Amino acid sequence: MTEVQIRNVNLRRDIRGKAGETASISRNSIEIGTVYGTLLNYQGTLAALGDAVNEAPYKAPPKAPVLYIKPVNTVSGHQAPIPVPHGTDQLEVGAALGLVIGKVATRVTEQDALDYVAGFTIVNDVSIPHTSFYRPAISQKSRDGFCPIGPYIVEREAIDNADALTVKVSINGEIRQENTTANLVRSVARLLEDVTDFMTLHPGDILLVGVPENPPLAKVGDVVRIEIDGIGYLENTLVNESDIDGGASQ
Amino acid sequence: MKTARVAYGGAIHQAVIKDEEIRLQDGRVVEEQEVVWLPPVEPRTVFALGLNFADHAAELAFKAPEEPLVFLKGPNTFIGHNAETRRPSDVTFMHYECELAVVIGRPARNVKKEDAYDYVKGYTVANDYALRDYLENYYRPNLRVKNRDTCTVIGPWLVDAADVKDPMNLTMRTYVNGKLTQEGSTKDMIFDIPALIEYLSSFMTLNENDIILTGTPHGTVDTAIGDEVVTEIESIGKLVNTIVSDEVFSIEQPKELTVRR
Repeated sequence: MTEVQIRNVNLRRDIRGKAGETASISRNSIEIGTVYGTLLNYQGTLAALGDAVNEAPYKAPPKAPVLYIKPVNTVSGHQAPIPVPHGTDQLEVGAALGLVIGKVATRVTEQDALDYVAGFTIVNDVSIPHTSFYRPAISQKSRDGFCPIGPYIVEREAIDNADALTVKVSINGEIRQENTTANLVRSVARLLEDVTDFMTLHPGDILLVGVPENPPLAKVGDVVRIEIDGIGYLENTLVNESDIDGGASQ
Repeated sequence: MKTARVAYGGAIHQAVIKDEEIRLQDGRVVEEQEVVWLPPVEPRTVFALGLNFADHAAELAFKAPEEPLVFLKGPNTFIGHNAETRRPSDVTFMHYECELAVVIGRPARNVKKEDAYDYVKGYTVANDYALRDYLENYYRPNLRVKNRDTCTVIGPWLVDAADVKDPMNLTMRTYVNGKLTQEGSTKDMIFDIPALIEYLSSFMTLNENDIILTGTPHGTVDTAIGDEVVTEIESIGKLVNTIVSDEVFSIEQPKELTVRR
């Protein structure tokens, strides 16, 4: 296992929020680069849209992977508090398997794709709930602390089949979601092929394979745990944004 | 002051540009064509604005947005001055976008418009290519259109904020093979620089060297392989780029995507 080193200028706040153990720097650490998310990559998320994909504003089902970026201000670690913005009651928990890139990946093939993956981790792609996917959801997805990652990167070799991993979300100890990466629209390898066709991934970049349908909602005080087979669990607590020292209230 | 990042003599250097002279930090003085120009700051979080000029929005048959239309770019897409951008052979409409790039100088959260310029380190020029054939209506403009390798050109240098008296009144021009094809002014932005900094910092922390590409005016036209595209902003600089074909990248045929349900 490799500890996740989070290079984040906002990390001071997270350390005070007791993320220290995962944010520590070890000789084996991988510095996190750019975090890319994939929308609508679980069959259930597309099914939930139903015929709407053929109507305005979408007008056709997605062809290429629908990607977005979780910028560096969003990145935090295991046990870091997730700030709930003022005026927002609930946040969506986005349980995602993260592919940690190990070497420069440009136009890789499905057959070779996994050679470019150093390992796997768990990512909570937190969002303010939104129903339209027409415009980029920057204000819903790019808030400070909206992307806890970790606690570990599990080496690729330790996972037999990344396309058959159970993903579970529990809130305050109660299971609220269960799905499996067997339900991906694009498998892990196929996703890497289609993404690196037009954009190069670099070592330390993390590509999220997607978030399952019906993401659970959580509120201030809730303890959210995302567990993925063979990788471990990532746990974070939701707090009021204004209660985080040095946070948004400054 | 104008500062740049360049590769020269097998290493990467900081350079200062003064009266056409490029002086590396180690004292060497070099010529523009002798160096490889890198993006003047290393891109990290980069915001780009869609439809931020009313005339360009109209050109694309959109009405001007009521809230800034923001999307993000990854580091993969950036190249510097005098470099090459790939035009895939299956594309029928690939246009440049001349844009003023604003570089943030220090962490910014909940910044008010009146204080916004205190958080600006400087300015540079960007050419934010769009490949319209790849547009899809999910998180539009999607990354396949806007975050391709080699498709965001930035530079040549960073001009200190103190040296730009009124960034909201600069002429923007694009020339294709020497012919003027786009002309506008930063004064016609729908959301100006202070409004954008206030908006973005109202919900997230901006950090040093974050970049905001502030959008492009009317006059975006298709480009062809071999075209030299020059995007120029008054008082900032002139950014040169050349369009090249798939063959340069050893690509026989662009990959076709099939819908999987």
